[in-house]
Order: sequence, then structure tokens, then C-alpha cells
Amino acid sequence: MSGATEFDAVVVGAGPAGSAAAIALARAGRSVVLVERGPFPGSKNVYGGVVYGRILDQIVPAWWEEVPVERWIVRRSTMMMTGTQSLSVDYRSQAWADRPYNGMTTVRSRFDRWLAGKATDAGARLVTSTVATGLVRDASGRICGVHTDRGDGDLRARVVVACDGVNSFLAKEAGLLPPAEASHHTLGVKEVLDLPRSVIDERFGLTGDEGTDIEILGCTRGIPGGGFLYTNADTVSVGVVLSLPHLAAAGVRPEELIADLKEHPSIAPYLRGATLREYAAHLIPEGGYDAMPTLATDGMLVAGDAAAMTLAAGIWLEGVNFAIGSGLAAGRAVDRAIGAGDCSAAGLASYRADLEAQFVLADHKRFRRAPSLILSERVQQRYPGFLCDMAEELFTVTNPTPKPGGLRATRIAAARHGVTLRALAADTLRALRVFG
Amino acid sequence: MTVRAWRGISFAERMATVDFRVGARAHITVDAEICRSCTTTACVTACPADLFAPTADGGILFNYEECFECGTCYMVCNREGAITWTYPDGGQGVVFHHG
Ligand SMILES: Cc1cc2nc3c(=O)[nH]c(=O)nc-3n(C[C@H](O)[C@H](O)[C@H](O)COP(=O)(O)OP(=O)(O)OC[C@H]3O[C@@H](n4cnc5c(N)ncnc54)[C@H](O)[C@@H]3O)c2cc1C
Ligand code: SF4
Ligand code: SF4
Repeated sequence: MSGATEFDAVVVGAGPAGSAAAIALARAGRSVVLVERGPFPGSKNVYGGVVYGRILDQIVPAWWEEVPVERWIVRRSTMMMTGTQSLSVDYRSQAWADRPYNGMTTVRSRFDRWLAGKATDAGARLVTSTVATGLVRDASGRICGVHTDRGDGDLRARVVVACDGVNSFLAKEAGLLPPAEASHHTLGVKEVLDLPRSVIDERFGLTGDEGTDIEILGCTRGIPGGGFLYTNADTVSVGVVLSLPHLAAAGVRPEELIADLKEHPSIAPYLRGATLREYAAHLIPEGGYDAMPTLATDGMLVAGDAAAMTLAAGIWLEGVNFAIGSGLAAGRAVDRAIGAGDCSAAGLASYRADLEAQFVLADHKRFRRAPSLILSERVQQRYPGFLCDMAEELFTVTNPTPKPGGLRATRIAAARHGVTLRALAADTLRALRVFG
Repeated sequence: MTVRAWRGISFAERMATVDFRVGARAHITVDAEICRSCTTTACVTACPADLFAPTADGGILFNYEECFECGTCYMVCNREGAITWTYPDGGQGVVFHHG
């Protein structure tokens, strides 16, 4: 059937980006089919994880009354460690314990299903257990749908919204992403451990549905990356994130690094007696702004991790909110393009402008140099030990020897870790520029 | 020591915590012939599911059944064409319940 358009849009992937795009389209009255390869939304998805929920204001007012939350994060700790030491910046705010909250732990099998439910409520058609296996193009070469592995075959649409996550084979087929760029990706491995709710409350200093988020640097044997520990209702999530080329070169098995972290004297007491409920692994696109693909081509938009939109800037690891923000913007752009009768790259160009005007691209642009700083050799291999030793010099009482004083403590610790004061000053300046 | 028990969990026990709905089609295939000339065998340690086993004759034995579908192997692979990588058919493969 040449030219027969079945749907206004086919959205591939019922993760946060795809569901958000489908919600925006369906609410604008467009016909939309949301294709998901897993048996249910969230079944293929893994994150840390904490969802920063304010973007949901645009989807469900008072979303906190119904979202499948595990715990609301009130305590956020950044820990730098060596094998035997740790130094933390530990922030707690009771403001985060109440509406509109800040971050929540939630599990993707529940969260993604909930969000996809908002899309179907709005009239989107969700098709699960179906892989979009490739792009359908019309005679002029313009993208006009996707092939699927279903018996009934192709899904045709005016626009395809590729929300197929990291590895996006649709963006690759369209020539927007390179086939395999290991240096822009990290591997996340995670263990979810059973631990009774009351034990979590006591060990982490929590009450009711309060939760803790601990981000860790220096726990990956020098492989650029980091670790995390999050509290859920009656489980905890512990894992590491590892730069792919360095992981490959190091010849270390990923689960060994989780085992290291779990044995660390600052972490082990939290996890005593906990048992493994589920082990999981997933890639993260960490290239940031400079690794993002072209976002629009004739008949197709790319959103979320498919467009490398996870903000992985060291002290932040946020992807779900960026996926939702970009998905909503993609849905709006497709609606406008259909309204104007132009679904070419030019007709879809309002998508990028929309993202630039809000956090999605504004944050990425601002922190575009953060990934290379955070994953740099000094930050990864020298600074955690340097900072821990500085604390040790300052806080170890060596009577009758007098205290070293701040500058001397810095000098001693810096020398021990091969950090020159000049490099330290340069990195401090660089950090101010990158994060300022 | 209780702490050592963390390492005590065998890899098989670890993988037994994951729900796999194994399809009949091997969604990833590895050309052991190409692997024979590989100098890194990066896949062997990097694959979080430990699915790449070096063989005595310098090749690789691969089993697709308990795969996370993460993409690590094709990204770190050292030889063009060694790995053919697709997703499992719809509804099959790994199902995460606590992702
Ligand atoms: C270890 C780890 C920790 C993380 N921690 C956090 C965190 O704490 N907070 C945070 O906000 N973010 C975190 N992230 C990032 C976050 O998970 C992602 O940014 C987010 O999931 C991206 O959403 P998405 O919708 O773009 O892609 P995904 O969630 O990956 O969804 C893509 C969907 O597309 C489907 N799909 C793919 N290909 C096809 C196809 N061909 N046909 C049909 N369906 C297809 C998939 O099954 C999937 O459901 C973390 C990621 C990892 C790996
Ligand atoms: S890295 Fe690639 S080529 Fe080398 S052994 Fe593994 S699969 Fe084969
Ligand atoms: S996709 Fe991931 S889990 Fe599957 S074989 Fe490759 S590296 Fe291993």
C-alpha cells in the first residue's frame, strides 16, 4: 500500500523517553503506537537508581501520590575511598522528605510500567514483546516506519521516534550514531540485595520512607568510573560503573569490583547479612554533549539514551529525567511538524530548539567538559587517596609531635600520591570552569 | 569471616537470580575462527554474564542463553566481524524485575 499512513507516529522503546513521547503525542490527539521488545515496559531496563521527579510535573500533577516510589532521598553522600579509608561529603535535607521532593528510589519494572500506563491512558497503543528490527523508507529514502519481528510486519507512520535506549540500532541504521564507540560508554553492573526495612532504617539513619543515596569514587581499581549504594524499601542496590575500554584493558571481571566495594570497611557494615536478589548489567552512554548524534532526520527523531542524553558528570548521574524531558519535547515537535505538514528534518527542527531552551541540552552544554575531567587519571586514581591521606594527616593526633597544619598536610598527602601543587591548582581551576 | 561470604557466591548462583526467557534463536553469534587471531580477548573478562570461554585451540566458545543484552561484548571486541549481535526476538531474553 504505497503511501498509506497507519499512524501519526511510531515510538520505539517503552522506557521513560518513549512513554513520555507517546504521552505528549496521544494527548495532542495524534495516533501513536509504542513498541517495546520486552514482555512489559521496564523488563529490559536497569539503572542505579534515583529518579529526579520534577519533570513529571508536566505529565501528572501530584505525581508523588501515585508514582511507585521505594524511598524519597533525604540524604546524599559523596564518598571518596581507598582500600582502607573513606572521606565523605554527607548532605541531608528534610526539605527533600516532603512534596515536591527531590529524588526517589524506584524500580524500573514498576516505574516504566507506570509511565507507559499514562501513555495508554492517553490513547497510545502499547505493543510489547515486539522488536523494531529496522527502518522502513519510502521511494525517496525518507524514513516512514519500522520493520518488526511480528508476523504482521511493518508499522508505518509519518514519524518514527527512536527511544530505543543505549545501543540504539535505529539511530545507527539511520547513520546518526557510530556502530560501536566504546570510549563513550560505561558498563553498569548492579546487585539488588534483600535487607529488612527496619534494618535499612537503622543502618542508614532513616525513618519511614526516607532514603539514602551514596555515590563513591576510588572503588574501581583505577578503572575510570565509580560506585553507588541506594536504599530501596526493603532492598538495597549496590554497583559500579566502569569505562568500557579501561575495563577491557584491565582484564578484571565486573562482579569482582562489586565484591571489592561490598567488602570495603565503610560499606560492609551497611550490607551485613544481605542476600542477593538480582544481578544485572546495562550500558550507559557517558559521552555527553559532544557525543550526541544529530537529533532529527527526515521522518525520525532520537530521544533519551538513544541520543546519548544521560548526564554523567561525576557528581550527577541522571538519565531518566533527561529521557522524559527529551521524550516530551520529541512528542511536541512531532505534533507541530504534522500540524505544519512537514516531517522532514527541517520540519522537526523545533525539537532541538526546545531542548536547548530547557534543562536537557542546557545542562549538557554547561557540563560538556565534565565527563573528561571526572574520568581523568588524576581524579580517578590519585585524588581519592590524596584527599583521604590529607584527612588522615589532619585528624591523626601524633603527640608529642606537633600537628602538621593544613598546608603541610596537603604537601605530605600530595607528595605521597604524586600530585604536584601546580597540577592541583590547575585541576581546581578546571573544576571551577567545568562546574561553575 | 562473614565478609568473605560475599566472594563465596558462585557465578552460577549469581546468574540463577536472573530471569531469562531463553529463545530458540541465538541472538548473538561468535565466529571462533576470527577470534583465533584476537590479541586482547577483551570479551572474556568484560562480559558481565561470563559467556565467552576461551578454548584450548585459541578460539572462543559462546553461549547466548544467559545474556543481559547489554552490548559490552561488541563494543570492546577487537576483531571486525567476530560478533554478530542482535536483540532476542520480542518477549524473549532477560527480564529484569529489580532494574
Ligand atoms: C547502572 C546504571 C545506573 C544508572 N543510574 C541512574 C540514576 O540513578 N538515575 C537516573 O536518572 N538515570 C540513571 N541511569 C540512566 C538511565 O537508566 C537511562 O538514562 C534511562 O533509562 C534512559 O531512558 P530511555 O527511555 O532513553 O532508554 P531505556 O530506559 O533504555 O529504554 C529503552 C527501551 O527501548 C526498548 N527497545 C530497545 N530497542 C528496541 C527495539 N529495537 N524494538 C523495541 N523496543 C526496543 C528497550 O527494551 C527499553 O525498554 C543509570 C543507568 C545505568 C545503566
Ligand atoms: S574480543 Fe572479539 S575477536 Fe577477541 S576473542 Fe572476544 S569476540 Fe573474539
Ligand atoms: S551482550 Fe552483554 S551479557 Fe550478552 S554476551 Fe555481550 S557482554 Fe555478555
